Parts: sequence; structure tokens; C-alpha cells
Amino acid sequence: MRILVIEDDLEAQRYLVQGLKESGHVVDEAADGETGLSLALSRPYDVAIVDRMLPRKDGLGVVAEMREHGNQIPVLFLSALSEVDDRVKGLKAGGDDYLTKPYAFVELLARIDALMRRRMPAGVRTRLDVGDLELDLLTRAAKRSGTEIELQPREFRLLEYLMRHAGQVVTRTMLLESVWEYHFDPQTNVIDVHISRLRAKIDKGFEVPLLHTVRGAGYMIRAH
Amino acid sequence: MAAKASLSLLRTQAFRIVLVYVLLFAFSTAALLAFTYWNTRRTLDAQTDQIIEAEIIGLSDVWQHLGLRGLAETVRERSQQSGQGLYLLSDGLRHIIAGNLDTWPRTVATPGNFVEFDYERLVDGKPESRRARGRMFALPGDFVLLVAQDVHERYLTTRMFTTTLPWTVGLILLLGLMGGALMSRNMLRRLDSINRTSGEIIAGDLTRRVPLAGSGDEFDTLAENLNRMLDRIERLMKGLREVTDSVAHDLRTPLNRLRNRLEEMASRFIAAGRDAEEVERAIAEADKLIGTFNALLLIAETDAGTTRAGMTTLDLGSVAADVVELYDPVAEERHISLVMAPPPPISIEGNRSLIAQALVNLVDNAIKYTPEGGRVTIAIAHGIAGIDVTVADSGPGIPAEDRARAVERFVRLEASRNSPGTGLGLSLVAAVAHFHNAELLLEDSVPHGLKAVLRFPHGASRTTPVKSAAE
Repeated sequence: MRILVIEDDLEAQRYLVQGLKESGHVVDEAADGETGLSLALSRPYDVAIVDRMLPRKDGLGVVAEMREHGNQIPVLFLSALSEVDDRVKGLKAGGDDYLTKPYAFVELLARIDALMRRRMPAGVRTRLDVGDLELDLLTRAAKRSGTEIELQPREFRLLEYLMRHAGQVVTRTMLLESVWEYHFDPQTNVIDVHISRLRAKIDKGFEVPLLHTVRGAGYMIRAH
Repeated sequence: MAAKASLSLLRTQAFRIVLVYVLLFAFSTAALLAFTYWNTRRTLDAQTDQIIEAEIIGLSDVWQHLGLRGLAETVRERSQQSGQGLYLLSDGLRHIIAGNLDTWPRTVATPGNFVEFDYERLVDGKPESRRARGRMFALPGDFVLLVAQDVHERYLTTRMFTTTLPWTVGLILLLGLMGGALMSRNMLRRLDSINRTSGEIIAGDLTRRVPLAGSGDEFDTLAENLNRMLDRIERLMKGLREVTDSVAHDLRTPLNRLRNRLEEMASRFIAAGRDAEEVERAIAEADKLIGTFNALLLIAETDAGTTRAGMTTLDLGSVAADVVELYDPVAEERHISLVMAPPPPISIEGNRSLIAQALVNLVDNAIKYTPEGGRVTIAIAHGIAGIDVTVADSGPGIPAEDRARAVERFVRLEASRNSPGTGLGLSLVAAVAHFHNAELLLEDSVPHGLKAVLRFPHGASRTTPVKSAAE
């Protein structure tokens, strides 16, 4: 995947670029808004990581201009600003996701994977499958090996999100944001408890577990 | 809407002042009229009484010198004269001997005092009931003499007073109230524009200013002063916002580098097959530091109320239900029953994320401090003092003397030293309450435990914080 990084803090930029390259991505970098914008408009990228505060053109301005030129690649904002209404501003300007500094690299990576996955033409899907686990989005029914699984509405949404990102790491923050729509971390690890409840429903009594914990990162659902 | 408008009109100061003056004026007018009535009547009655007294003296003279026969003659003579005089002479059985009244008036029964009575007389060939005033006089031999004067003209005049009085007072009240309403409405309109502007500013639009009428009156002066104050507040808020932003930026950038380096170090350790546990512990500490910093920044921003983005109309019950649902498995795991009574539909203007976060903090705390087998209840209710969102637990509670301190930043009470947390949870709840003009109350739960109440003002359930007469 080709990723554009626009970040003026060179130390943070170096770390980001190196980490992304190690994860197998092709990365271009820019240290100011102008350069970043011209790169974004001249080369095909799969995703852009843009700092909110940039010299010569603010991050919001860069993305707004990209959108004006019809460039629709997913954008992840990085911001060191205070948060309360900054997220709203970032998303309004055309950003697709928003991450506050300091962040864990696994969190950033998981979000980039999710953003790129979103770009792929999925069509209208009415059914999700992972191994012998199937989720019918129309009848809201879950089955494993043909056996019906009773799910609470929120458990259904949780499982749906995990299955839409099958094979990808999904972090606790991502789950809180997309399943619960909370942009803050509760002190207790509530997500872990929800996951273990869900795991008891879909994996208990089956030889092959589908829902895995990725140490230090989050969770992943996969067939093998 | 009309009923509401007139209600708010009644509540204005201008209208109240007018009301007091109108009542005072109506009262003095009534008193003046009553005095004039009383005085006029007294003077006229005194005149009549004098005439009657004089006649009685004259007639008793006739009685003494000429006896009954002479008196009857004189009475007959005087009755023939056209005038106001009325006479009636009768024996003990009230048989009329002489006089110009057809019957003995029923209301005149005892001799002595002056009395008023009605009698009938032919006026232009038609009988007419007229008013008279007179005195009954007892003569020896059981004979009685009634001497009276026709006072119908006086009676009509004074009756006019009594019929006009309620009308006059009523008219004064009506016109006064109408004038008062008009005056207060005008004043209210000016105040209304000031109130509406302050409402919009409270709701977060700091660029609004109070419009001037251009008349240079005291309302304009007030508006000018308010606007000058608003300019200053706007500058201060902007300054505060810039400071928070740069503090955030200047602290987060190095924290970010620190965390990056630690992560890099950890992955190098792992790649080299070394134990990275120490580094990972350092990362966890850094994360704790970041968490505290984020919480502090959020509290500062929320407390200052510098931002009004994210204000929406939200249903408190559904926000609380989401939080209950989020914590349900945690409570179950600890064998604590987490229950919420079906909430009444109450919508308020607020920031969903902040209120959810405040409730999460309260529920998180409640579950943390409640022993296994305990109970945490959440309730939403319309109280007298406001809209109450209550989170009650069956834990040890907070001693009354520590409660004020519990809300302060970084305060962790002795009992909770060993449990995880930043000590900022309740401070954030207090800041969120402050942001919504709400209150955070810490009380005793029955039979034991802590009851935290977020009390939103009743007005929060409206879209505009200011009631206006123009509605």
C-alpha cells in the first residue's frame, strides 16, 4: 500500500515512516502543508496521514483542498491539539479518522488498515462469513456450524464490526468509537469483558477459536 | 403561546409597578367619591331634618292650643299646599284622620327617629314610587302624626354616586392595566433583545452583541456596557483557548516522541530476543501520564466552557441506558447488580460525549467501590429542584466531611489509595455538571453507600435558555 505522511515534527515523522515501512507499506513523506498537498495531488496513494498543525498550510486546509480537487483517498488526522471540538473540525474538513498524539503505533496501524479496507469495493453485503461463523445482516441472525447463536443488539454490532474487519487487528479504542460511539476510554477495561462474553457465545464448545486476542494491540477475528 | 406571553408580562417589574399604582389610584378615587357621597348626603339630610323639626314644633303648638280638631284642620290645609311637605295624622289603630299620604308607610313603626320610606304619588296622572324622609310623632290619646319631606331628588343624586362608584373604579383599573401592559410590553421588548442575545452567548455564540435602539436612553447605555463587557470576555476566552491549545501541543509533541522511542526500544529488544518487560512497563507509565494529562486538559476546557461544539438535544434516558449496557458485563463479573428503572423521556440540551463520560465515571466508581453481591442503581427523575440523574451504590460511601474534597482535582481519599485511577474522575464529573449549568451532589445512599446526583436545571430541557414575550 502507498501511504503519504505529512508531519512537520521530523522525529515523529522518521518514526512513523520507519514503522510503516517495516509493516510493508510504501511511504512518501512531507514536512509542510504545501509540499504534502502537491504530493497528494500528483501521486496515487491509498491513504494519507496528516498532522493537524503544519507550517505553510494547515492540515485542515490541506485536506479541504484535496477534497476540492476531487481527491477522495482516506485521511487520518494526527493532532496534538486539545481534543474537545478538534475532532469535529477534523472530520468536517474531510478527514476520515482522527488520532490524538501521543498514540500507540499499533493503534495507528490498525486504523490505517481499517481505512484502506473501507476503500475496497465491497458492494452491498447482506452476509458476513468467517470460517463456519455466519452473520446475516438482514435477519440479524448469527450461526456457527449451522447452530443459531443468541446475540444482544450490541453484541451483534460488536461481532459485525469484527467480522467486517476479519483478519485485521481491531483496537479497543476503535471498538469503543464504532460500536459504542464513545471517544474516550473508560478506566475499567469494559471492552475486554464484552469480548469475553462474545467469545463465550461464538467460540465455546468449538475446536477452532475464531476470536483472538492480539497482545498489546486488540482483537482479531479470523478463520485460521 | 398567548397565555404564556401574558403570563410573562405579569411577571415584569414594570407591570408590577404599574399594578401597584393603579390599585393605589383606584383606592383613593373610591375613597374620595365615598367621602363626597357621605358629606353631601349628611348636609342635605340635615337641611331636611331642620325643616321637619320646625314643622313638628309648629304643629305641636297647634295641638296644644286647638286640640285634635285644630291640628287636623291645619294638617289638611298644609296637605293642600303644593310643596315637598308630607303629612299624616291618624289614631291609635292607624285610621287616617288627615294628610296627603294614602296609606301609613309600612317602614315607619315607632315614633322618635328620622326614617326614610317610599310612598306613591300621582305624577302627570301616573302613580310613581318616591322617596321621603320624615319623623313620627306621638300625641297624647294614642294619636300619631307623621311629618315628612319628599327627598326623591336628593335620593336620585346620591344613588348616582353609589352606582357610578364601581364603574369608575372598574374603569380606572381597566385603563390602568391596559396602560401598564402597554408600557411593560415596550420595556419588555427592549429587555427581550438583551435577554435573547445573552441566551445566544450562553449557548456558545460569543460573537453576538446586543443591538442598540439608537435612542441613547438607559437601555442603550446598558446595551453598550454589556457589549463592551462581551468584547472583553471574547478576548479572554480566545486567549484561554490559545493557551490550552499551545499547552496541549507543547506537551503532547515531546510525550509523543517519548512514547515512540520507548516503542522502538521495545521492538528492538524483542527483535534481539531480549526481555522487553521493563520497557513495556515504562510505556505503561507513559500512558498513565498521558491519560492524566488528557483528563486534566479536558477538565480545564470543560470547566472554562470555551467550546460549545457538540451541543445537541439528547435523551438522558438513552445516554444512561448506553452506559448501563456498557458496564453490565463488568458488574455481572463482579456479582454486582446494576439496575436502571425505566427512565421517563427527558430531553436536554447538552454535549452527549461529556454527559456519557460523566456517567461512565460515576458508574465506574460505583462499581469499583461496591463489594461483591452489592447493588448499583441508576435513576432519572423530574425533581422539584431539577432533573436528577442519580447513581447510587451500596459501597462504603464517602464521609460527609470528605465530600467537598472528593470533587477536587487529584484528591484520592484514603480509602481508595490502592485502587487504580487518576483521582480526576469526580473532578471531570463536576466540570461536566458546571458546563451544563448542572450540579454534582454527593449524598448518603440508603442504607449505606454513596449517592451521586447530577442535577440539571429544569430550563435545560428547553432549546433557548431565555423565555421571551415575543414567543
